[in-house]
Amino acid sequence: MTASHFIDRRKNPKGKSLGNRQRFLKRARVQIKEAVNKSLRERSLKELDKGEKISIPSKSTAEPRFRLDPETGEREMIHPGNKEFGTGDRIKKPPKGAGKGRGKKASTDGDGEDEFQFTLSQDEFLDIFFEDLELPNLVKRSLKEIKATAYKRAGITVAGSPTNMNLIRTMRNAHGRRLALHRPSTKEMNELKERLFQLERIAQPDEAQVAEKKEIIDQLEAMEKRRRWAPFIDPLDVRFNAYEPTPVETTAAVMFCLMDVSGSMGEREKDLAKRFYMLLYLFLKRRYERVEVVFIRHTHHAEEVDEETFFYSRQSGGTVVSTALEKMLEVQKDRFPAHEWNIYVAQASDGFTQSGDAKQCVELLQTEVMPISQYYAYIEILDERELEVFSSEDSGAELWRAYRTFAPAWENFAQTRIARPQDIFPVFRELFSKNNREAA
Amino acid sequence: MSETLTKNDLLFDDAEWNFDILQRSLDAIEDVALNDLKLNIYTNQIEIISSEQMLDAYSSHGMPLMYKHWSFGKHFARDQMSYQKGYSGLAYEIVINSNPCIAYLMEENTMTMQALVMAHASFGHNHFFKNNYLFRQWTDADGILSYLDFAKKYIAKCEDEYGFEEVEVVLDAAHALMDQGVFRYNRPPRLSDADRLAKLAARAEHEEVNFNDIWRTLPTVEEDDAEKEERQSEVRHIKLPEENLLYFIEKASPVLRPWQRELVRIVRNISQYFYPQKQTKVMNEGCATFVHHYIMNELYNRGQISEGAIMEFLHSHSSVVFQPDFDDPRYSGINPYALGFAMMEDIKRICEDPKDEDREWFPAIAGKGYWRDVLKDAWANYRDESFILQYLSPKVMRDFRMFAIADDSKESHVEISAIHDEQGFRRVRERLASLYDLGMHDPNIQVVGADLDGDRKLRLRHTVHNGRMLSDQTKASVMTHVESLWGHEVELEEKPA
Repeated sequence: MTASHFIDRRKNPKGKSLGNRQRFLKRARVQIKEAVNKSLRERSLKELDKGEKISIPSKSTAEPRFRLDPETGEREMIHPGNKEFGTGDRIKKPPKGAGKGRGKKASTDGDGEDEFQFTLSQDEFLDIFFEDLELPNLVKRSLKEIKATAYKRAGITVAGSPTNMNLIRTMRNAHGRRLALHRPSTKEMNELKERLFQLERIAQPDEAQVAEKKEIIDQLEAMEKRRRWAPFIDPLDVRFNAYEPTPVETTAAVMFCLMDVSGSMGEREKDLAKRFYMLLYLFLKRRYERVEVVFIRHTHHAEEVDEETFFYSRQSGGTVVSTALEKMLEVQKDRFPAHEWNIYVAQASDGFTQSGDAKQCVELLQTEVMPISQYYAYIEILDERELEVFSSEDSGAELWRAYRTFAPAWENFAQTRIARPQDIFPVFRELFSKNNREAA
Repeated sequence: MSETLTKNDLLFDDAEWNFDILQRSLDAIEDVALNDLKLNIYTNQIEIISSEQMLDAYSSHGMPLMYKHWSFGKHFARDQMSYQKGYSGLAYEIVINSNPCIAYLMEENTMTMQALVMAHASFGHNHFFKNNYLFRQWTDADGILSYLDFAKKYIAKCEDEYGFEEVEVVLDAAHALMDQGVFRYNRPPRLSDADRLAKLAARAEHEEVNFNDIWRTLPTVEEDDAEKEERQSEVRHIKLPEENLLYFIEKASPVLRPWQRELVRIVRNISQYFYPQKQTKVMNEGCATFVHHYIMNELYNRGQISEGAIMEFLHSHSSVVFQPDFDDPRYSGINPYALGFAMMEDIKRICEDPKDEDREWFPAIAGKGYWRDVLKDAWANYRDESFILQYLSPKVMRDFRMFAIADDSKESHVEISAIHDEQGFRRVRERLASLYDLGMHDPNIQVVGADLDGDRKLRLRHTVHNGRMLSDQTKASVMTHVESLWGHEVELEEKPA
């Protein structure tokens, strides 16, 4: 009999082919990116956070080999399952290209325009989507506004509070010192004492024993002295863990969503705005440890609401945009001090406001909002006919025109128009793309 | 009474398995395999893995240790997709031609399947690997695992040293020439081959020992004079035409650096290692299928597996050997499992219970009874082409209802040139055999000239058989890869034989 044996490998580390996968994704990067962008345009935002099945042209990752061309030369093939053929029968060939559809097995190894399908995980998907987007002014803020501090371990010190005592270091030092100073150990002393007891128990000690007893007593005394002189733990031995306050970058962001919910904003408009907000939220979430969202809706007055109310409940009234900005500032001052939070504001509106209000908005933005914000995005939601009318940057609804006047002065201010869901991703990418920001 | 006895003798009675049951079943299977079939096998090492690990394993040629390359990631992504969508199941087993013979069992399999897979892989394939002449002569079962280990570490080190991209360029190019990277007709001198493996193994071991040696400067950037001299003398001894493109390029390329040559050599060695498998698909699978079929039935006859288990077994077995007709949407050529199994079963039948026709076709074995020896001889000494030419019987051709179609690209019609009848048997058999001759359907491309002292132009020739030219779809891109390895102009001519 041979020594056959079993090995249980189920517990072996998984994902052995992860390295191969990364190499593959890198290899097909351009095509995958294209596919990701294409699929984003078509999918709903709710699914944005999931993995995605994508197809790329298999040509991009072909592994070519020399092959014989099936359309040339002579061949004789053997097939199974003859039913009515006899030797010498002649069969007309199917027209070129038509006869290939048998079973449509996707060949991924080389030829043709086949699509190669596979699934990207959520992280891979978002990584690729956000790949060349960048948070505007992130660097600037973190350099400028380092206010928060945290205590970090910074080695060992000789002074500190008892709770920070480093026991291991302390005991190690004490041990070394005791060895160096020849501190008599308790064990040695106990041995001597033992001997002393023995001697004392002897009723009639002889001379030698008396001498030994005396010597032991002397020795013990000397040891006691030495032990007092070289204590078990000396203040010199004690060490403490040291902590130093270090400045940390603020890694929390708050995102204010401002939206006009007056009658002029219908379901369609709200839906478009929502998509933009969600995209921004996802984006921020990838960059900051913590992201808070504040929803502020307004008609002729503004209020902070929860998400459900924000998107789905209706309200009627006039439109005074500046109320939303005031409310936003109020909330910000109350809960999100600018030196601790990175502040992002996204405002969606159909562009109409009470006359004179636009001016007030600009005023507020200029003096109070822009100086504390990382980024301010204004999205004007139009219907498609309007988009054609307002094809020029300069023409537009009142708010648009008013914002145009001061926008150039602020690098972190952006305004853009959206009319269709498929505009959102391009617009978003445009707002945050690295190149764009460098150019700006 | 027999009822209770049978119950107690069962190796297992439901789908659950554990290591005790596995061991017991393995012993019973081994008993049939060694004492009844008298198989000659490498020691078995059977590894239990999860389905994810199975996917991992087969995206890289089924090898447990493989270097990293994007194409394996691509295969993994594709297999994972089709597995998760249920387009395809996972292979029941992977078995590696190594000593000890490593076979993988998936933990999801039922106990019946585990038994089937063990019989199939650990005895059928194992016997074939150990005894077939192609494997014995061309592959080194003892050395392959340590060689792969070396290859993996070496390539990882090159990636560290020279960057992913540099390594990828060489591997991509070498992969493109894998089919042209084997010795088909003349073997390289065996000694140097053994020497090289020994050298490489030693090198791998050296690296392992010196793993922490930070002063290590492997892989070397430039070759020293002695190495160069040795290589150039090898180049001088290559007689053109040379069929192994990778070998020629590895030795003679004017631009490759030593580590790049080593990469080409790794790809070439791996390609060569798999070459016998490509030539023995029908035989190898046929052998394994025949063996598992025989063993499972024998276990059933001995009362060691239950009715239910044998039914489950037959269900999987018959889907493995299912052969769709040519006009079936599922048809994708002749199923090697089906053909191999049918032929081997038929050899057994001819030995035991021949008809007149069989006596006429196979006078040497018909009615002689010793089918075990006949099969073992076939497993040891044939490859697909010669096996079919020798043993494809009229009955199998009839059962498969085989027919031959002659297709001349210049004609508007194809012609049925032979069918499964008296006049057609020999032609069908010859044609089928030649289809399994890899030399005939891998393009025959050889190095015919390289002006190493002059303009360094590499000349390749495709010897055209039956007017079949290279496909334009891939020709240009493969040529780009050849040029990147050669570093100078490469010319490819296509000439009729």
